[in-house]
Amino acid sequence: MIVAEGKSIDEILEMVDKYDKILLIGCKGCVAVCAAGGEKEVQFLASAIRTARKRDGREIEIREVTLERQCDPEYVEQIRGYAGDYQAILSIACGVGVQYMAEHYRDIPAFPGLNTSFMGGALEQGVWSERCQGCGNCVLHLTGGICPITRCSKSLLNGPCGGSSNGKCEVNPEIECGWQLIIDRLKVLGEFESRFMEIFPIKDWSSSRDGGLRKMVREDMKQ
Amino acid sequence: MKTDSNLEKVLEAGEFAVTSECGPPRGADPDVIRDKGELLKGVVDGVNITDCQTSVVRMSSFSSCLILKEMGFDPILQMVTRDRNRIAIQSDILGAAALGINNILCLSGDHQRFGDHPQAKNVYDIDSIQLIMTVKKMRDEGKFLNDEELTKAPRLFIGAAANPFADPFEIRALRLGKKVAAGVEFIQTQCIYNLKRFEEWMRQVVDMGLHEKVCILAGITPLKSVGMARYMKNLVPGMDVPDEIIERLKGVPKEKQSDEGIKICIETIRKLREMEGIRGVHIMAIEWEEKVREIAEGAGLLPRPTA
Repeated sequence: MIVAEGKSIDEILEMVDKYDKILLIGCKGCVAVCAAGGEKEVQFLASAIRTARKRDGREIEIREVTLERQCDPEYVEQIRGYAGDYQAILSIACGVGVQYMAEHYRDIPAFPGLNTSFMGGALEQGVWSERCQGCGNCVLHLTGGICPITRCSKSLLNGPCGGSSNGKCEVNPEIECGWQLIIDRLKVLGEFESRFMEIFPIKDWSSSRDGGLRKMVREDMKQ
Repeated sequence: MKTDSNLEKVLEAGEFAVTSECGPPRGADPDVIRDKGELLKGVVDGVNITDCQTSVVRMSSFSSCLILKEMGFDPILQMVTRDRNRIAIQSDILGAAALGINNILCLSGDHQRFGDHPQAKNVYDIDSIQLIMTVKKMRDEGKFLNDEELTKAPRLFIGAAANPFADPFEIRALRLGKKVAAGVEFIQTQCIYNLKRFEEWMRQVVDMGLHEKVCILAGITPLKSVGMARYMKNLVPGMDVPDEIIERLKGVPKEKQSDEGIKICIETIRKLREMEGIRGVHIMAIEWEEKVREIAEGAGLLPRPTA
């Protein structure tokens, strides 16, 4: 999922400072799962903004909405009927959702209430970790199911650098060395001998963000 | 001889090679490089110039190489893949060769997290092994990475680093094997304090026959004090300083510790010379270049074969 975390209330208050009637929109997708932008977070944030504005003697009207998904025109259009009644949209979806709001409601400013962090998963309650960088050309079948691009701090493709120590990365002892993980898993799979010595060719990054804005067209699904 | 490198010539002649390194200044003063160069005259067969080591901004390796070249040295251009993509890398390789630089050391580089600009974006378009392949392809096939022909091949002697002290230990010799397969011709190792572990690594290297395919120069860094030894042990990633070295330095009065550090270096070099597969030493006297001569002299490495 896309993992995100809330911006500080001060930053949010500053963004919406000049407005007194806003739409606060959550998303029931990834950001709800990682407890950053779902229905519950919409309620919390709305109440925090109201309290702060009340304290300043400048009350604010907030309409609370949580859409099924903010990355899908079908759901984004659901607020069409009343969006124009508000001065600004504060979206607590990922960056995709904020931009969909901006694209669909061009005359209403849209603000991000979250910092979109990474594509990853939960490790335990309240802890998430990155797993994928969306390079557009998956190599997991060659690296024991562990991504060198994401999990090695230098995205090295041919084994650990000289900074791997006791299974930890030189960047931070809390980061596991991605290549140590790959080597360990390749051994479990009995693939270490065959895979490790093979030189990984220079990667084509054009399928990654480096190739410019990415777009996917599925002819079989197009109407 | 694949190149005009003095280092290649010395190694080809079967001599025990000596290289050292020069850290460029954090400013535009070329005299800092010249002064360091003066200290190394007649002591080394080649001088590495670091490429923003520890991710701290310094004068570029390329320009520092040229300053040393003017003084008659055979500079070794260190190049990290942290700051350059394949376009910049290939361009710099051509430029270096055009201006008479004969050696390149292919590195991935320290992560910018350690440096003075930790907010920077890194590149890592390619890794150090792929950089070796890049130089080799340009030199031996006369082709860019996209397989297009280049007009005049860059003749660079290809080097890389190896760290026998990093983990997992079991793959360290294998990783050297990958570098050899990629086309590396000389290796400079991480500084050696733990001779036992180094010997173990070299045994694997020799068993794999790698020492016959690549010239291994053993890395040496003199310790100035107990404080430096502790710093290296605890704070420098991939560095292995055994307690016995720290105890030995602690055993002498503070003002004698640097002499003891030099003594340790000289003893280490003597032991390394005896080791099968070691073709030379790489003396990295960090901001202590004035000691390289003393170390080389003490270890019986002078005079150097004339270039």
